[in-house]
Amino acid sequence: MYYIGIDVGSACSKYAVIDEQNEVLYRNVIPTGWSSSSAAEAVRQDLLLRGYNPEHNPCVATGYGRNSVEFADKAVTEITCHCLGASHLFGDGASTVIDIGGQDTKIINISGGIVQDFLMNDKCSAGTGRFVEIMAKILELDPMSLCALAESGTEVTISSMCTVFAESEVIGLIGRGVKKADIAFGIVDSVASKVASQCGRIKRSTRYYLTGGLCECRYLMKVLGDKLGVCIVSNPEGRYAGALGAALSAKKLEKGGRTDG
Amino acid sequence: MDDYLKLPETFEEFSEARKNGFIRVKKIKEEGGLIAGVFCTYTPLEILDAAGLTAVGLCGMSNETIPAAESELPKNLCPLIKSSYGFALSDKCPYTYFSDIIIGETTCDGKKKMYELLGEIKDTYIIQLPQGQDRAYSAELWTKELRRLIRTLEEKFGVEITDEKLRSAVCLRNDERKAKTELMELSRLQPPPLRGLDLYKVLEGSGFVFDIAASAEAMQSTKRKALEKYEAGDRPVSKNAKRILVTGCPIGGVLEKTVGTIESSGGVVVCFENCGGVKATRELADAEADDIVQEISRRYLNIGCAIMTPNQNRVNLIRSLVDEYHIDGVVEILLQACHPYTVEAHTIRRLSSEIGMPYLGIETDYSNTDTGQLSTRIEAFMEML
Ligand code: SF4
Ligand code: SF4
Repeated sequence: MYYIGIDVGSACSKYAVIDEQNEVLYRNVIPTGWSSSSAAEAVRQDLLLRGYNPEHNPCVATGYGRNSVEFADKAVTEITCHCLGASHLFGDGASTVIDIGGQDTKIINISGGIVQDFLMNDKCSAGTGRFVEIMAKILELDPMSLCALAESGTEVTISSMCTVFAESEVIGLIGRGVKKADIAFGIVDSVASKVASQCGRIKRSTRYYLTGGLCECRYLMKVLGDKLGVCIVSNPEGRYAGALGAALSAKKLEKGGRTDG
Repeated sequence: MDDYLKLPETFEEFSEARKNGFIRVKKIKEEGGLIAGVFCTYTPLEILDAAGLTAVGLCGMSNETIPAAESELPKNLCPLIKSSYGFALSDKCPYTYFSDIIIGETTCDGKKKMYELLGEIKDTYIIQLPQGQDRAYSAELWTKELRRLIRTLEEKFGVEITDEKLRSAVCLRNDERKAKTELMELSRLQPPPLRGLDLYKVLEGSGFVFDIAASAEAMQSTKRKALEKYEAGDRPVSKNAKRILVTGCPIGGVLEKTVGTIESSGGVVVCFENCGGVKATRELADAEADDIVQEISRRYLNIGCAIMTPNQNRVNLIRSLVDEYHIDGVVEILLQACHPYTVEAHTIRRLSSEIGMPYLGIETDYSNTDTGQLSTRIEAFMEML
């Protein structure tokens, strides 16, 4: 028996298959594109190709498009799934999971594999993956190389919290001939500030983990950690935390019988 | 036509009450009656009753009139204020249209200043509400304000507001409040016999019945029927549903996307602390008090709304409701740009953690742009409980 978790995010769809021992048998990521149901279908095709049948095995969907995965047995929110996935990846002691997603950023306090409290950013995209992506595009970079470049920059501050205004701020900086690295520095700093202030609104913990698409940006983790006065830990598998968590909750599903909702 | 004048019997009919109320209001007007438009739980209804005015709630609960309001009001303002003003501005609300006078209070800044503008469209009287309850002279000021309101109404409408009339108004309003309280207290049962959404619609609909005694009776019969069904084994709510206390801003305009979502994600709202729920009905006035105006004044001033500082009464109320209703989690509903409640949310979050209650604060407005995000938050909260 194996268990499938599918995390349909606003930018990417991540999915993972685990076995009884929680070993990851397969995992992958594809762009979500404009339609979450087409993304779900693409995931299904790929799983079938690899020999995993999501219709005959426990399957949980999560993420912003969780309700578009018609073949899943259950939809569980990304908050619960990131909690389960992070507990699996990093251990289940009391900690805070920061998930910088494509469309929203979530701060989740967990303990013993259970969500204690959580916060999500409001309607705006400041401090999310989307913000970094848009800024990177203006600099003709991808988000990862923007983060890497930022490390050698200094001093620039992006003061607008709104993505649209920040965009014109960045264009202004380019026009004034400010170095790319310095602009990148300002962008990473702005994201980290926004996320740090969000973290300040929830009870502090001693351990912080970063999940989501930016979990490999070492420099972002460093800046964010400095602002919070803690050390932030991640793992290249961090972007699969939601999908892993969904697969783990598919296991519970089987034990307790399939439920809907 | 006569059909519309019937009292609501079922939950669905109660939600139609606002619509059918239009016809009732029209009839009242045709028979020479006077209408007072009101916005707030602090409005001393007994005084309006004693003056022979029919009080009608005008709180805007629809997104529809907000664009009209934004031609004069800032965008970054509470949707309730914008919607209410938009209704007056665009003549879209028959209740506002039929109002002979509008009664406002100095509650939050946004409302207060909106009333000034409203005064240019409709005859508006603003009562000065003190901003706290802990000074003895606040009570004195509020009583003086109520006496001033009495004189104003007497002069304006050529009526006499006697103590006797006030006392009988107090009795009637008490009866209605008691009936509402009893209906709400049904939800202390585990599982509750009513879904929160239905309960709220009944409470809200009662405001459009306009005959206070009849409204009390309707509450009682709703309660009786719900209880009978429950005792016969009818369980509309699963016993595993998480029991939620809803608090915060008035929620009439965001009911479906908040309460509706809570109840479709494995929860049930067993208690509404907001205006429209317990806050407005819990306290009674003593009809036998020596000075009846002073007693009415006392009753209203004690309401625990975030526009008061300090607002210990709300904190105390939430504390007791959590026990009385066997609450599993607190959901605070905040309307965007409502400073009193969004700031006080911090106190309520802290209070919740003190008493070991999971807390979720959701900030929203009357639009539908955030339904996806809201349901993720609410579902995640339910999964966490
Ligand atoms: S929330 Fe406060 S200001 Fe608003 S209606 Fe209720 S009592 Fe009045
Ligand atoms: S919800 Fe807040 S801002 Fe809006 S009218 Fe009530 S107190 Fe004022």
